[in-house]
Amino acid sequence: MIKAFLGALAALALATGPAAAQISDGVIKIGVLNDQSGTYADLAGPGSVVAARMAVEDFGAAKKGMKVEILVADHQNKPDVGSQIARQWFDVDKVDVIVDVPTSSVVLAVNQIAREKNKALLVSTGATSDLTGKACSPNAIHWTYDTWALANGTGSAIVKTGGDTWFFLTADYAFGHALERDTEAVVVKNGGKVLGKVRHPFPTADFSSFLLQAQASKAKIIGLANAGADTTNAIKQGAEFGIVKGGQQFAGLLVFLTDVNALGLDKAQGLLLTEAFYWDLNDQTRSWSKRFAERHHQAMPTMAQAGVYSSVLHYLKAVEALKSDDGPKVIAKMKEMPTDDPVFGKGSIRPDGRKIHPMYLFEVKKPSESKGPWDYYKVRATIPADQAFRPMDQGDCPMVKK
Amino acid sequence: MLLGIPPQALFGQLLIGLINGSFYAMLSLGLSVIFGLLNIINFTHGAQYMMGAFAAYFLLQWAGLGYGWALLLAPVAVGLLGIGLERTMLKRLAHLDHLYGLLLTFGMALVVQGLFRNEFGSSGLPYAIPGPLTGGHDLGFMFLPNYRAWVVVFSLTVCLGTWFVIERTKLGSYLRAATENPALVQAFGINVPRMVTLTYGFGVALAAAAGVLAAPIYQVNPLMGADLIIVVFAVVVIGGMGSILGSIVTGFGLGVIEGLTKVFYPEASNTVIFVIMAVVLLIKPAGLFGRTQ
Repeated sequence: MIKAFLGALAALALATGPAAAQISDGVIKIGVLNDQSGTYADLAGPGSVVAARMAVEDFGAAKKGMKVEILVADHQNKPDVGSQIARQWFDVDKVDVIVDVPTSSVVLAVNQIAREKNKALLVSTGATSDLTGKACSPNAIHWTYDTWALANGTGSAIVKTGGDTWFFLTADYAFGHALERDTEAVVVKNGGKVLGKVRHPFPTADFSSFLLQAQASKAKIIGLANAGADTTNAIKQGAEFGIVKGGQQFAGLLVFLTDVNALGLDKAQGLLLTEAFYWDLNDQTRSWSKRFAERHHQAMPTMAQAGVYSSVLHYLKAVEALKSDDGPKVIAKMKEMPTDDPVFGKGSIRPDGRKIHPMYLFEVKKPSESKGPWDYYKVRATIPADQAFRPMDQGDCPMVKK
Repeated sequence: MLLGIPPQALFGQLLIGLINGSFYAMLSLGLSVIFGLLNIINFTHGAQYMMGAFAAYFLLQWAGLGYGWALLLAPVAVGLLGIGLERTMLKRLAHLDHLYGLLLTFGMALVVQGLFRNEFGSSGLPYAIPGPLTGGHDLGFMFLPNYRAWVVVFSLTVCLGTWFVIERTKLGSYLRAATENPALVQAFGINVPRMVTLTYGFGVALAAAAGVLAAPIYQVNPLMGADLIIVVFAVVVIGGMGSILGSIVTGFGLGVIEGLTKVFYPEASNTVIFVIMAVVLLIKPAGLFGRTQ
């Protein structure tokens, strides 16, 4: 499909003082690269752009005399399209940092390019834990969550409450494979068993055939190693095929707030899911989310969008401290500085490029428990930052000395 | 065991294939009817299918009218919009090459989908299965949701009804005659332009009806037609452009083949139809049921 390449959107701040000496071209260019129109557009998409703008404003770039520009492009969830945009941004448009980048296959490609061109990459929505494993890079930070953290949160909680036999419905690309692999490891480690798996094309609208196979497996848990519309369609059609009535349960391994909103509480109630952020966690998240919603047709932010805000804010702080926008130098500075923002609170970044903060195991509320729009989750457990992510020595990241 | 799969499971998968084939059949039928008479490759078909689903959603949200009414009113409403499109724009392209109609309808589809996406986002809106059709039956080899059974019955009825009208009635003979030689049919005193307009409206209404059928199964999503329409075009090409029976039979048949692929090699289930299309085009360029002109 021919989709519009959105291109440069806005120059956000004008320089008032003298330009900082080491900022290339005197302007910091941030490229938001994500799915602007397809299946992942609601969970990141234009909302991530809003979040990036808020970060630039909250940082006070204009007052500090720093000139920051935000560019936006639609990678259509295609690695070739994403790579081409990344190359053009780095080579021609002099973009300094690419942020967000959902779709693991795309982000793995862009990760390579950022390294090759010696620029910076801040991943919020892309999920594969390989970004801080085999594919770790001195040019990238993996910000919000990853497949290991999801598996560790949702997977182990379910196995521990008796869901010990699993059947996976896996999106057939890098993300699905990574999520399935990490979850399977958690299931097996906790004494569970995987009875079967099926890899469905990405995206898939009709899951009936796969649901039938899952039903036939008699597994207690049907693990959904997919995301966005794939997850919502599977759950919706699962209700039709009597999956839950037949005694099987879905485990949504990556479910965003917007997915729950699309499903409706009626269908989503009781789902366990792991996220790094929810708007209704504390006063800070509430007030930040309220500001976000006002600028994003009243939709509350997802953790992906919150991560874009947090990562851009910290990036700008590092650039300010360093007085340079040189890719690996800024990334190194970011790792050195502790993080602090309204969405994730205080945190830090590990040498392998993993940003760490607590993760939360949420349960989706029953319709009767919800007090209004977007009131969807209750906290089941808080996973402390030091346990939420894969220990550094288990990731096979070449940058980490064993 | 049959090919490593218990026969019961295979049976279930065949049935699922038939259900998915229902959508292909209804959509490709509309495309065939339109192409047959108007010579227009209607690329807005996917968007019109999506509009049918949205019409059902609007009727429920704004007017409190449920599924039954939606099945009746949504096709009429979207069909009327189609008629408007034909009268104001497509008519002007009637005597030009296929390519002009294709470009216009493709552009319209992008505009319509873009507008809906802008307004409603990309994750879709929920639409519940109508009360009397919830639940299902255990057939022994599989659990058949009542709603899916309804989809097959409805689609078969509509498809066969359409086939009957076009191939076996007087009205149908006018239509077919106008396809062959519009000038001559007009000379006999039949209002061909009006017939063309109504046919387009009917084809669009078929797409909208399929959209209403799809609403309770999938999310009501601005992009629901965008991916589907490409598959449906492959179905039409395999069946033979403009062949009524061809599009019905290939629609159901390819649904079954796709269903089986989902069991034996799920990774290829998105591509299998295009592989078949390539093979058919090589062996029989006019399609399985098409006539070479």
